[in-house]
Amino acid sequence: MPSPRSGRYSVFAIAREALRQHQGWNRAWASPEPRERYKVVIVGAGGHGLATAYYLGKNFGITDVAVIEKGWLGGGNTGRNTTIIRSNYLQDPSAAIYDKALKLYENLSQDLNYNVMFSPRGLIMLAQTEHEVRGYKRTVYANNLQGVSTEWIEPKRLKEIVPIINIDGPRYPVLGGLYQARGGTARHDAVAWGYARACSDMGMHIIQTCEVTGIETANGQVQAVSTTKGRIGCEKLALVVAGHSSQLAEMAGFRLPIESVPLQAMVSEPIKPCMDVVVMANTVHGYMSQSDKGEMVIGGGTDSYNAFTQRGSWHHIEETVRALIETFPMISRLKMLRQWGGIVDMTGDRSPILSATPVGNIFVNCGWGTGGFKAIPGSGWAMAELIAQGRPGPLAAAFGMNRFREGRFIDESVAAGVAH
Amino acid sequence: MLILTCPYCGVKAEETELSPGGEAHLKRIGPKGTAEEFEAYLFARKNIKGVHFERWRHAYGCNKWFLAARDTHTMQVYGTYKAQTAHATDEIVANARQARAEWVPDWPQASEAVVA
Repeated sequence: MPSPRSGRYSVFAIAREALRQHQGWNRAWASPEPRERYKVVIVGAGGHGLATAYYLGKNFGITDVAVIEKGWLGGGNTGRNTTIIRSNYLQDPSAAIYDKALKLYENLSQDLNYNVMFSPRGLIMLAQTEHEVRGYKRTVYANNLQGVSTEWIEPKRLKEIVPIINIDGPRYPVLGGLYQARGGTARHDAVAWGYARACSDMGMHIIQTCEVTGIETANGQVQAVSTTKGRIGCEKLALVVAGHSSQLAEMAGFRLPIESVPLQAMVSEPIKPCMDVVVMANTVHGYMSQSDKGEMVIGGGTDSYNAFTQRGSWHHIEETVRALIETFPMISRLKMLRQWGGIVDMTGDRSPILSATPVGNIFVNCGWGTGGFKAIPGSGWAMAELIAQGRPGPLAAAFGMNRFREGRFIDESVAAGVAH
Repeated sequence: MLILTCPYCGVKAEETELSPGGEAHLKRIGPKGTAEEFEAYLFARKNIKGVHFERWRHAYGCNKWFLAARDTHTMQVYGTYKAQTAHATDEIVANARQARAEWVPDWPQASEAVVA
């Protein structure tokens, strides 16, 4: 996509700027004051919100869009996750939307003209109990039927792919793994920045430090949002705010099947390359990959009670690290540099909600729980369809919030363990 | 680490000794309930950012269920009380009001008492 405001990034641009002391780079996105009214207002400038705006513009030509954000762009869960991308889900609707996301990730850097550093380095989910062995073999069969290529690998092959792993246990022996060679990681900030730049280039407004304080409705239709930067009128409103979805829904007068809990992650000091694949150990809630800087990026488990503090409980870190050290003995001497938490929005069936709501022209995209980053492009694609057409397309159809009333759960909590 | 005092055995228990049980004071819906009522009972949670009433079990202690009032934003604990209680005690309400002046309990009789 051409980038009239920020200038197209290319090797020629780098050469040109090298000759003039890099004075010619423009801001990647504009920071305008809000107008009085937009066709579509999206609350939440994280990956999902920005991707929704981008595909509204790209696929439907709707560019009269504002993305408003309480904090700073990509400062919520988009900047707090462990950047894992995969699509090896058990249920058909999940596999469809996550695999759409993975396919979009594969060409996202070219599409956005922004390097999101997508790295399809492969991903292994360890089976460390007999239950997991059966569960993951079932997922492989399901994936093959869905056209998502995954395979079951035995411990010997797994050890070849991940030489630093200890497969013998004793507490958590590695009995095999679910391998998705197309899975991997991407640079999480770059995903938000790339979408933001592309949205800004299309003339959309990205308004940061603008907190929504109320939602105005009349005759069951949305009229406007009140914000810390004044009233902003809108024809359609999308709530894409992860952990605070319940609070926004309350402002609009409905309730969501969501509970917010902290999920933690941490990174170690940087070390030399030792693991060129993502390894997930769901039994112990430990997820590990090595960043391009050399840090071991470790995702932990969620707290089991509601909280909005972006830090989480200490004992969960201990549990995660204790279990990972048995599986990866070499990390036992590593120092951890940073630890943080993000507030994830958990639904009853651990699957997301992309849905119209009881209030006319308010749409909600939430409930991605512990696994939202990998879904960003697919989620934005499906959400743009929902907003533009007023009804869900094929990707979002199964994820309506009425499924809880109708008993049509998309049950990934059993398939993927608690966290995914 | 979150520390709650079990109202039955009096032990100041760390969260690793406890097992969380979700939102408290849910009203169970009987067989005559509508689909909407069942949905609300099973899934629609208040998910309060602020004063939250919740169930806990003293799993590695006396093993009894009790209730706690905790602030999900600041992690302050306003008090714990026995499970066979319709609402939090006046003392807990006063603690919560002290920390959050704007908060009012959502059960009518107690809020009148507080206002009086």
